[in-house]
Formats: sequence, C-alpha cells, structure tokens
Amino acid sequence: MARAAVRGRLNWSLGEVVDLIDETPRVRSIVLDVPEWIGHRAGQHVDVRLTAEDGYQAQRSYSIASAPEDRRLALTVEGLPDGEVSSYLVGELRTGDRIELRGPVGGYFVWEADMGGPLLLVAGGSGIVPLMSMLRHRNASGAAVGAKLLYSSRSWEDVIYRDELERLASATNGPEVVHTLTRSQPPGWNGYARRVDGQMLAETAWPASGEPSAFVCGPTPFVESVAAALVLLGYPTTTVKTERFGPTGG
Amino acid sequence: METDAMRVDGNAMAGILGEMFVQEMTSVRIACGGCGKVEPFGAEHVYMRAPGIVMRCCHCDSVLLVVAHTGETYRFGLGKSKWLEFVEGT
Amino acid sequence: MAYVSRGFRGKRAKEREESRLPPGQYLVDDFPVLSAGPTPHTPLDQWTFTIESEVAELKRWSWESFRALPGEEVRADIHCVTKWSKLDTTWEGVSIDTLLEGVEHDATHAMVFSDGDYLTNIPLEDLLDGKAWVAFAFDGSPLEPEHGGPARLLVPHLYFWKSAKWVRGLRLMDHDEPGFWESYGYHIYGDPWREQRYAGD
Repeated sequence: MARAAVRGRLNWSLGEVVDLIDETPRVRSIVLDVPEWIGHRAGQHVDVRLTAEDGYQAQRSYSIASAPEDRRLALTVEGLPDGEVSSYLVGELRTGDRIELRGPVGGYFVWEADMGGPLLLVAGGSGIVPLMSMLRHRNASGAAVGAKLLYSSRSWEDVIYRDELERLASATNGPEVVHTLTRSQPPGWNGYARRVDGQMLAETAWPASGEPSAFVCGPTPFVESVAAALVLLGYPTTTVKTERFGPTGG
Repeated sequence: METDAMRVDGNAMAGILGEMFVQEMTSVRIACGGCGKVEPFGAEHVYMRAPGIVMRCCHCDSVLLVVAHTGETYRFGLGKSKWLEFVEGT
Repeated sequence: MAYVSRGFRGKRAKEREESRLPPGQYLVDDFPVLSAGPTPHTPLDQWTFTIESEVAELKRWSWESFRALPGEEVRADIHCVTKWSKLDTTWEGVSIDTLLEGVEHDATHAMVFSDGDYLTNIPLEDLLDGKAWVAFAFDGSPLEPEHGGPARLLVPHLYFWKSAKWVRGLRLMDHDEPGFWESYGYHIYGDPWREQRYAGD
C-alpha cells in the first residue's frame, strides 16, 4: 500500500463495504468496517481514493454520516452526473469491496455534546450529511441541548434520511426539523417552498440572543448566502461555522 | 466579493494537511498579510482544482498558502500569510 | 501502487491515441476548469495588455486596439500537468510575434502576468515563430471567463499551466525566474513530451 510521502498523522487505510443503503434515487449510504478506526467527531469527513488498474487515481472528500457512538462508519454519497468517483460509489460499489480512506479529518466543522448549544443546523442538499452525524450524536449521547435543523431539498423524494429525521423530530427532546422544498412539493404541502432566505431564517432560527452555534453545509453559493443572512440576524461570525461542498454538493 | 461556485474552504484541505502535520489544521488560525484579518483555516477560501491547492484569504483574496504535491515532494508555500496560531489542546 | 478499486475506470472516455498523447496523459472530451483563485472580471474598457521591460513599459493595447490587430486561427492539442489532454482544440488569437513586432529588446525570457496575481515564466524563443498567441476565442465563440476570458496566453507545446488565463502582459527579462507554480515545485520549463511536470524531472 502506498505510504504518505511525509510523516504526519494520517495514512490511507482500507475499509470494507458491509452494507449499502439507497437513501434517495441519487443518494446512497455506504456502511464500512474499518479495522483500527480510531473514532471520529461529528462533522468530520474522510478522503476516499480510487485507483484503476493502470494506476489512474481519483480522490474526493465525503462527510461521515454516522455518529461517533456507532460501531461502523457510514458515508452518504450523492451521485453526480459527471462525477467519476461518486458514480462509482453510488453505482458500481458492492458489499465486500474495499475502498481506501484517509481520516477522519476536520476540527473546525465539528460538534460534540460537551460544546453545548443551542444548535442551528442549516443544510442544502447533500450538506445534510455532516449535520446528520451531529444529530445522531446528539441523540446517542442524550445531550440536553436544543437543536433546530433547516433543510433545503429539491423535492420530497430528494430528502435524505427523511424517515429517520421524522423519528428523531417526534421523540421527546428531539430536534425541530423544518424542510423547504425548492423545485417541487407533494400535494397538500404547506411548508416552505423556496430557497432559504433571510426571512425564512428569521422565522426558523434561534434568536441570536440565545447564543446559538450555527453549522451551515451545502453547495458554496448556498453556504455563503445563508452565513451572510445569519450574520445579519445578529449571529457573531465566529458562531457560524461553514463547510462548502463546491458547485453541486458532496 | 462574488461567489465562485468552484471554491471550497479549508475543511477540504484537512486530509492532505493531516499527512504533513501532526496538528489538526482546520482550527488553526491564520493571519493574512494582505488585509490583516484572522480566520481559522476552515473558514478560508480554498481552490482544490488546480495543479496544487491554493488557500486565499476569504476577505481580500490574497494567497495565504499553497500545497503543491509534485511527484514525491510536498511543497507547502506560505504566500502572504503573516502567522499561524495553534492552541494547546485543540 | 495503491489498492486497486475493483471495477473503477475513471473518466477517460476513449482509447488512447498513442502517437498524439504525451507520456502519462489521458484524453478528455470536456474542457476541465482548473483555477487557483476567483474568476476575475476586468471590464473590457479597463482591460489592457502591456509589454514591459524590467524598468519601463514598452507597448500597451486597449481591448479595442488589441482586437484591431490581425488575428489567426489556431488548431492545437493541449496538455495539462494534471494529466488530461484535449486534442484538436480551436482558438483565435493574436500571435506573440505580432505583439512583439517593432519592440526593441535583448530579452531571453518573459514573465507572463495575469489578473489575480498569477505569473508564469517562459523562454522568449518559446513564444516566437508561431508558437504562442494571446487567444480571445475558443471553439468559435468568445473565450469564457472560467477558461481565461477575455484573453489568455496560448502556448500549446508546453504544459497548459504556462498558458496563463486572464493574461494582461509580458515582462521581458534577461534571465529566467520561476513564476507561481514554478516556485512551488513545478518544472521551470514544462515540456509534456519529456514529461517535465515537476522540478528535477
């Protein structure tokens, strides 16, 4: 196995695919067994590297979806139309296959129960993945911290973890989950039906006076407009943590 | 400053920096020699799709860091960064 | 070698065209966008292209006067150091020979400079005799900003990082000096046929 050219903390290791879950038509979760996994913090990600037989390599980062308390590591990947890595992970990968991972990485965009709250999580599309890890961790740890999730998706069919979010929300002390569906809505929908804007955040976010911690994740333009709107609502910039996924997310 | 959809942020550099540094780098704070503003790596703008990785100040676009992986060598260029700050226990 | 991922082929679309691809390159159908910074948007009425010596400005064109110069159609294969190659790309541009006409100098090298503080160094002889252009159109249309528009340098016989996007001029020098990527470990010259990707190759 190739080694890092410089000696740091991280090397590439191999994870074995033990389960594959189709979350939506385009999104799949990959559950991995990674021997010697040192554990992770909610919000961190891994880098995945694929190597073809002729040595050609491609590498992408994917947020960890599972809680630190979970025994196995789960990644959730959105298949992008010309994504050479994502289309392999969502289409070709089978249980029993192995993939090279480096990580966990990240220390800025993380939340642990002892960091307190209340928590405001704002997700655009596949930006939900690291925030789901935070919600799963909050649930598993029993943290007594308020949490609100504002989640923007194209349609109801594109909402990742839809049923689990409903279950979490309906439990005692569960998070408050608000969806906005930007392209199409199911019949009878009376929720938000537009892109996240300042007005929507004013109606759904914790007031700044409660000193909330905000985590915003998704495509770059989404993250930047939401972060700017939160600052206008009075959130100090140091309390708004961002993770930009680039043009399309994930 | 206009949003450039292609750019990401310092979180995306965490993997390659983890191969070079023992310290977790995304919460390291960096001071820009161009405008003087200080931010954690995770908040700074990063361009991954280049011959190397370029971190630019999220306020003034000055080049703060460059990571060029050239064959078996990593060159970590310091650009216009004034200082890096590591806090014990993070 | 790293662990080989079963069934992964990557984005190469076609069989290699052996004779036209330099070593280590693969063919693409699309035109990847690589960038080290935000896309500049210099308004055309503020755009200039200048040729400078170390101490003085020798020549300057506005967008209008630049576009009044005779242009040429160019067909070229291009090769990026990140290993993709694109064959038979078509451009329209003004030859560097045209731009340097009448300029008196004894320079051996040039530092090419662009919006966004990008620099790349090229020996002068690699810019002359029909080997380089300032290109303003690609594939029959005005060059898009993400690909370097309104104008970029085009030097197809070297790795494409030398074909500086958003080009604004040349500084003529009597010595060689590394530009942006060159100072971070990329090859000072960059010949794809000798696979000169990194310093020391």
